[in-house]
Amino acid sequence: MISVNVKLFAMAKDLAGMGETTLSLEEGALASSVVDHFVKLNPRFSAWKDHIRLAVNSEYADVSHPLHDGDEVAIIPPVSGG
Amino acid sequence: MILITHKPIELQDVLHAVQTPEAGAVDLFIGTTRNHSAGKEVLSLEYEAYEPMALKLMEAIAREARARWSIHRIAIVHRVGRVEVGEASVVIAVSASHRKEAFEACRYAIDALKKDVPIWKKEVFAEGEVWVGSQADTSTYR
Repeated sequence: MISVNVKLFAMAKDLAGMGETTLSLEEGALASSVVDHFVKLNPRFSAWKDHIRLAVNSEYADVSHPLHDGDEVAIIPPVSGG
Repeated sequence: MILITHKPIELQDVLHAVQTPEAGAVDLFIGTTRNHSAGKEVLSLEYEAYEPMALKLMEAIAREARARWSIHRIAIVHRVGRVEVGEASVVIAVSASHRKEAFEACRYAIDALKKDVPIWKKEVFAEGEVWVGSQADTSTYR
């Protein structure tokens, strides 16, 4: 098993009811498994799946990005800075 | 100067950061908070950032602007936390020898920031609040 730190922001944080958590995932897990976890937790997350971007260790990453122990995964809803 | 601040942005500090005797132009962009959105009165706004990543991307935008245009200095400052209507939420300043480069690089920087930098804005109305960008399903957030 590997352990990853997850950060959630804006509406993703509201939907999940948390801004930060640690997840234990199977060895070789992909970034998409983090999103899957939150969809299971709150089905309303699935409406957002297509709009969410992921970042691994502060860089945008594809859902197929393989995760490693200690990675920081961020769930990035549509940004609205400025 | 690349900065995320919880305090009101001091315009003079941002200008000072890009001033140089080589410059013939300084372009200053100030993004301010609007008092209306979709026909409703906005009372205040709240900004949240994924700060380490936001700073990294703001640095990358500044680097790209310097690579693409002949400019001297660039400053990008974004405020987070509660921002009252009419206050500056983002300030970008660019100095260059000539105005064309200053304008173009500044425009590029604000457009790139709005597209990719992980910062979010929540509009607070009398009857509730909504994260901007979540309009596909706003009922969830009010």
